[in-house]
Amino acid sequence: MEGFGVVLSFWVLAAVTLVSAGGVMVSRNLFHAVLFLITTFVGIAGFFVLLSADFIAMAQVIIYVGAIAVLVLFAILLTPHAGRDNGETRMLLPALLLSTCLGAVFIFVIVDADWRTISESPSVGVRELGSALLGTWALPFEIASVLLTAALVGAIMLVRSPEEEAEDALV
Amino acid sequence: MTLLVFLASKNWYDIRDLSNISRVILEGLDRFLPSGIVYVVAVLLGFVASFLIFVLPSQLIVGVYGERKIIGRMQSRLGPNRVGPKGLLQPIADAIKLMQKEALTPKFADKAVMWVAPIIFVAPCVLLFAVIPFGPNMIIADIPVALLYFLAVSSIPVLAAFMAGWSANNKYSLYGAMRIVAMTISYEVPLVMALMGVVLFTGTLSLQEMVLWQKSNDIWVVFLQPLAFAIYFICVSAELNRTPTDIAEAESEIVAGYLTEYSGMKWGLFYGMDIGYAIAASAFAATVFLGGWSFFGLDKYIPPWAIFIAKTHLFYFLFIWTRGTLPRLRLDQLMTFAWKFMLPVALINLVVVATERMLWQELTDGKLTQGYLYLFAIVNIAMAVAIVYAWARMLGYSPKDETPMRPRLFNDARGYVPVVSEKGGR
Repeated sequence: MEGFGVVLSFWVLAAVTLVSAGGVMVSRNLFHAVLFLITTFVGIAGFFVLLSADFIAMAQVIIYVGAIAVLVLFAILLTPHAGRDNGETRMLLPALLLSTCLGAVFIFVIVDADWRTISESPSVGVRELGSALLGTWALPFEIASVLLTAALVGAIMLVRSPEEEAEDALV
Repeated sequence: MTLLVFLASKNWYDIRDLSNISRVILEGLDRFLPSGIVYVVAVLLGFVASFLIFVLPSQLIVGVYGERKIIGRMQSRLGPNRVGPKGLLQPIADAIKLMQKEALTPKFADKAVMWVAPIIFVAPCVLLFAVIPFGPNMIIADIPVALLYFLAVSSIPVLAAFMAGWSANNKYSLYGAMRIVAMTISYEVPLVMALMGVVLFTGTLSLQEMVLWQKSNDIWVVFLQPLAFAIYFICVSAELNRTPTDIAEAESEIVAGYLTEYSGMKWGLFYGMDIGYAIAASAFAATVFLGGWSFFGLDKYIPPWAIFIAKTHLFYFLFIWTRGTLPRLRLDQLMTFAWKFMLPVALINLVVVATERMLWQELTDGKLTQGYLYLFAIVNIAMAVAIVYAWARMLGYSPKDETPMRPRLFNDARGYVPVVSEKGGR
């Protein structure tokens, strides 16, 4: 953290991320909540840029903003009464309880962590990341891809209608 | 000889690299201005220069005027020819007209989202040009992951279009929004796969280094991977809603898609930035596939930025050409085409490219000499035709032999009968 620009952009990004994260919780319209969520994602990508993790920042935007947010939008559109008031729900108490527990864990980790700063940031390029992903961490990488394929097949099986099943049985 | 010395200089009058003149101006100003002011001057200078050199000729002259004029020519009409000499001022007149119009907002629309959607649509288009290299030194941000940056930033306008469609509280807008999102999800996959082949060969994600690779190897990626180029062109025109694939705003089906409730300059921003995104995609294609600012050594004499802009407009002409000549596809046709044709072909292309990359390394003992590249280019061009033909045959799109040379109705009407007027002429 040196230089006026870096510090300023850190605080601006922090403000944008926190305000939009609050907006996700406060806004009663589900669609607005998703838009705030997207702003939060972009803000977090900005933090990755500040940490000179360019690749992760770009991956954050491509995956979270480009793919996941769009999928969430689709899910909202396919939900009945998408634009309804999102405030009245019976899950209020369990959600409050869960978020309190989660917040406690986060605060514990933040307080407990040893925040040492190093002056020289290690430069991790795409090349190093790729060779690590396909060399050292090949097995977790492949397991993740198998998991994703299973999820894909499962999703297709779930949405198949009985008519289609009957048609396939005839073939 | 003196001419060559003159051209090879790094002085301010060396127009081959406009960063020289801006550097001289800024360093001169920095001597007597208080510190920090020079950045403001740099911003103003960049704005004026980019407006004069790129935005005005590209966006307004080629983008709006040229497109209308060329399409008019293709469709046997005149196109704009009233405002100014040859109708050249037509885009400016249109812009003034749009600004004067009232921007209506429906009563039950989501006003905040509807107001913010055009702004979110415009901003990424400007950001996209940050990583495009206009010349050896003329690049704003030479970041090592420029290609990913381009993909990431170009995924944001889709959200803006979705916001526009959803907030209008109109079923046609919502249909358009759903369609644009569905198209983007479908066509993003083969697009990224096509670009992955280029990344495999050049071994970098930086756009400037891709240009330097093509320059040092004396070959453009378009010859090396014609299939990837074709896939990129089709995918990007589907994502940008260019006319053969503009089902998100298909006026014959769903009024104007997500733009139905927009009027005035809000609509104008969407319209102008559609062209802006098309030019950004053309600039990206010119950089990745057409060799960027390099032109087989000719860039020593001609300004590289002029070569680059010419290539950008050459690619943009492809957009205009398809727009002027092809009919619009149906939603299910486009969707089927993305998943059943583009994706497998892109996968096959990726496998072929990866194999060639390994072969190249093995054959030259890691020295990567360029002789094999020309062989690969010939093999790949033949293979591209074969793959496309074979996959189309497999899907059952084989062209019929008994295709009538003329439309059937035309034959039923016994051909073309010229109308003879009473004066004798037609």
